[in-house]
Amino acid sequence: MIWLTWRQFRWQAISGAAILAVLAIVLGATGPGLATRYDQIGLPSCHAMCAALAQQFINELEFGTYGKLFYAGLVVMYLAPGLIGIFWGAPLISREFEHGTHRLAWSQSVTRTRWALGKLGFTWLVSVATVGLLALAITWWASPIDHALNYPQPSPRFDRLAPLVFGARGVAPLGYAAFAFALGVTAGVLIRRTVPAMAVTLVIFAGVQVVMPQLVRPHLIPPVQATAPFNANAADELAINTSGKGPATMTLVGNFSKPGALILSNQTITPSGRVFDGPPARVCLSNSAPPEACSNWLNSLHLRQLISYQPASRFWPLQGAETGIYLVLAAGLGGLCTWQIRRRRA
Amino acid sequence: MTAAIEASGLGKKYGRRWALSDCTLSIPVGRVVGLVGPNGAGKTTLLSLATGMLEPTTGTIRVLGGAPGSGPQQLARVGYVAQDTPTYAGLSVADHLRLGAHMNPGWDAGLATRRINQLGLVPDQKAGTLSGGQRAQLALTLAIAKRPELLILDEPIASLDPLARREFLQVLMETTAESQVSVIMSSHLVADLERIADYLVVLMSSRVQLAGEVDQLLASHQLLTGARRDPAALSPGQHIVTASHTDRQSTILVRSDAPVLDPSWTVSQIDLEDLVLAYMGLARTEAAGPAAPTAIKILEEQR
Repeated sequence: MIWLTWRQFRWQAISGAAILAVLAIVLGATGPGLATRYDQIGLPSCHAMCAALAQQFINELEFGTYGKLFYAGLVVMYLAPGLIGIFWGAPLISREFEHGTHRLAWSQSVTRTRWALGKLGFTWLVSVATVGLLALAITWWASPIDHALNYPQPSPRFDRLAPLVFGARGVAPLGYAAFAFALGVTAGVLIRRTVPAMAVTLVIFAGVQVVMPQLVRPHLIPPVQATAPFNANAADELAINTSGKGPATMTLVGNFSKPGALILSNQTITPSGRVFDGPPARVCLSNSAPPEACSNWLNSLHLRQLISYQPASRFWPLQGAETGIYLVLAAGLGGLCTWQIRRRRA
Repeated sequence: MTAAIEASGLGKKYGRRWALSDCTLSIPVGRVVGLVGPNGAGKTTLLSLATGMLEPTTGTIRVLGGAPGSGPQQLARVGYVAQDTPTYAGLSVADHLRLGAHMNPGWDAGLATRRINQLGLVPDQKAGTLSGGQRAQLALTLAIAKRPELLILDEPIASLDPLARREFLQVLMETTAESQVSVIMSSHLVADLERIADYLVVLMSSRVQLAGEVDQLLASHQLLTGARRDPAALSPGQHIVTASHTDRQSTILVRSDAPVLDPSWTVSQIDLEDLVLAYMGLARTEAAGPAAPTAIKILEEQR
């Protein structure tokens, strides 16, 4: 079984390996330079002013080749599992159905279950290993930048809990690859046509990749709830909304600095527990009053900040939980495929 | 001795349409069976059920005493060339033989190589570039070299030119001569089967219309021609299959185990093709009108 699977998969595997090799050359040629720059700027040995050094390092890279490669690395990590699902997963069985060759395979002295498990298992392992190698190479390359980004940064932030970075680091990409591949195979088994199966794989996988970080990931582990007194002098946002017909309202967002944390909500509430939305006092609306007057008034209200967040230390637990979900989904789809192939529908 | 194929009340339904219904058959081993019927009669369905590609909706089917496709041993006992003789277009001829060797414990590599050489197939050639006849031969080689007890061929020569057909049948006859393999081969043309089949199954409109040894079928059917008369005037033991009348003459196909002795009939032998066509025509009139002739009854009596 493995022989036939390999023989059929050979060219796809070789093209995958070629793409990996090209990426490895690009990363290998630029990685040492990036690491040297990181050392030169003094980040590994800093004791004070580290955040400032990190900021300097980031600013220096941002619009240069390294910055572009960093973003390209993120894009590659998100594309790879999807492409594997579309080009390795979807055609795996549907092409056999399209050409009728499954009837040739199924009339050899190998049961359909073994045929399915051999074909799926082997290609599955290759898919996950490919993304694993890719993740390893890109994580190695980007590690100086990732380190620097985990110091407090002005937004947009690229610390490792940031939705865009999270899915491109750690073990999550392996889960994506396992899931995308199984999704592609399942679409192929159910639809029995290669091109529609590829399209369905693309749509579903993209949908899941949008839904997961937005709706599921923040709640995989119950977020930490914190409260802090609201300080108007250090607030991130003080806005007075006078447009519209009603009375003026205010939007306050207090400062909350936890390096690398993923903040899910940050509300300013009154002592009675209501979300504060104004109305602003006269001093805040008046042009003649000094700006401190409004801040002083806000501070006298004893407002509190209510923050819900995932601390940076939860990176690995969240990675584990998310990867686990994808692996369970992948295993379920793999089981569904095998069961469908076992059922007699030639 | 177990039957090559033993079906009882076998039926397969696709949505609301029966592709095969109430099929009861017992085909002995050691025969070359021709399965004949027009397109859409249910031949492929029957063969797919026999190879385990499909699961029946009703009834049971046993192949060489086992459930079709039930495990590696059963799969090894049955060689199957599916309709349109599928091969992997991207794999070479040699790759196909390697595939067979890897996936069949009983693989006869010497036989496979010998056959490929005899056929003049180039081992390095991709199957996708072979002609239809060569592809069919490659598929047949794969099915034969696994050394099955039963070879099932689903319209293997339907799309081949006359020369390729003859070559395919030649190879098939050689194979059956040198090994004791049973063969069941379907076709919509009697002429394809006439040369090789010693057992015939006629499938029409998803039902079995006729089944039996070719010699016995030919010996027990007579074509009677004579002055026009009432067909009921035949002696007992003679069953009318079809009857046609002109103003002056009657032509009657009868099934009878005893010779027809009535001197007022001119008795002639019927050939296989006409016999099959008579039974097919019967099924068609049966499907068209309520006046059901006696084909099914004859079949039952024959058993």
